Amino acid sequence: MKSKILFFIAVLVVAGVTWGAMESVHPFGFPGETPMDTYFVEHAQKDRAANNVVTSIVFDYRGFDTLGEAAVLFTAVSSIALIFRKGGRS
Amino acid sequence: MRHMRPLSVIARVVCNAFAWFMVVFGSYVIIHGHLTPGGGFQGGAVVATALAFLVITHGGDFALPKLKKELFIGLEQAGLLIFICAGFAALGTTFFYNFLANSGGLFGASIPLGPNSGVLNSSGTIALMNMAVGFEVVGGLSLILYYMLHGILQNLGSEEMGKEETGHDR
Amino acid sequence: MIGNLPYIVVGLLFTYGLFAVIFERNLIKIAVGITVLESAVNLLLIVYGYRSGGNIPVFTLAGEGSSFVLPTPQALTLTAIVIGLATSALLLSIIMVLYRHYGTLDVREIRRLRG
Repeated sequence: MKSKILFFIAVLVVAGVTWGAMESVHPFGFPGETPMDTYFVEHAQKDRAANNVVTSIVFDYRGFDTLGEAAVLFTAVSSIALIFRKGGRS
Repeated sequence: MRHMRPLSVIARVVCNAFAWFMVVFGSYVIIHGHLTPGGGFQGGAVVATALAFLVITHGGDFALPKLKKELFIGLEQAGLLIFICAGFAALGTTFFYNFLANSGGLFGASIPLGPNSGVLNSSGTIALMNMAVGFEVVGGLSLILYYMLHGILQNLGSEEMGKEETGHDR
Repeated sequence: MIGNLPYIVVGLLFTYGLFAVIFERNLIKIAVGITVLESAVNLLLIVYGYRSGGNIPVFTLAGEGSSFVLPTPQALTLTAIVIGLATSALLLSIIMVLYRHYGTLDVREIRRLRG
């Protein structure tokens, strides 16, 4: 019973702290000056000839992060293959 | 075996009618990655779900010996190799430079500015990398499913396990 | 106050996931709690980049002369979702090997036994 009361107090505190912290950066829905994103939206169709701005960011302007993510997928698959090997005890 | 039995007749008939449709829809999401929302990662997850659908409805006895490990290993390694080679081929300017956009050859057509319906031939190495990552995600997720399902069979084969129902607390 | 509801929802989801990780006794429920924690953080990333009255940043689907939402947090969230998938797959595989070794899924029993 005491843990449930502590849980309700923790819910209110964390929700309020999240709202206050994010509100102090910029109000919700009005981001202000964003020079990098205006550059991406204006120049993505002329230089890279892609209609989808998000895909051109993922694969062209920030393609190095996608290389790291492909490496993470590969590492996960090899680790699972290593966990489930059949033990040949000799 | 008692676990992983096939589901009922209705589930099996509906699965046979719709599994190919999931593969075709997933390929559509992968190939049109530079025109509509989607891309390599999302379409690869859709195609891997079709494989899980087939194995669950037809049961472990019937479906698991038909899966071969070498096909998925080959798919995943081919995708990763094409991705890295497309990055190294543009080493004249910088790593991962888009050297095929707005030129005349493969995937190199110009598009009009502003809102338009898309051109499939455009946007250089972005479309190439999309398909390479799609192959890799299909192979990788199918391999994870294959190893986990064979791990269930290994679990059920051992005899020295607890027989009571576990996990019900309070 | 009611227009800032997404931030409060993120805080609630985060606390529910944390409660499941700390106070549960079944291993599979702890794994589900970790997945809920991850969904809360991805939602916070996307909500941060919202512009009032904006459209989807794809030129095939947007209309004439519209403003766009910020596309960069959406690209970073894609990577975060795939990393969460890799974490969940490894966690569930380790739980399967633990069940084969100990015979039970209760966290307090596994802490007491010495395999």
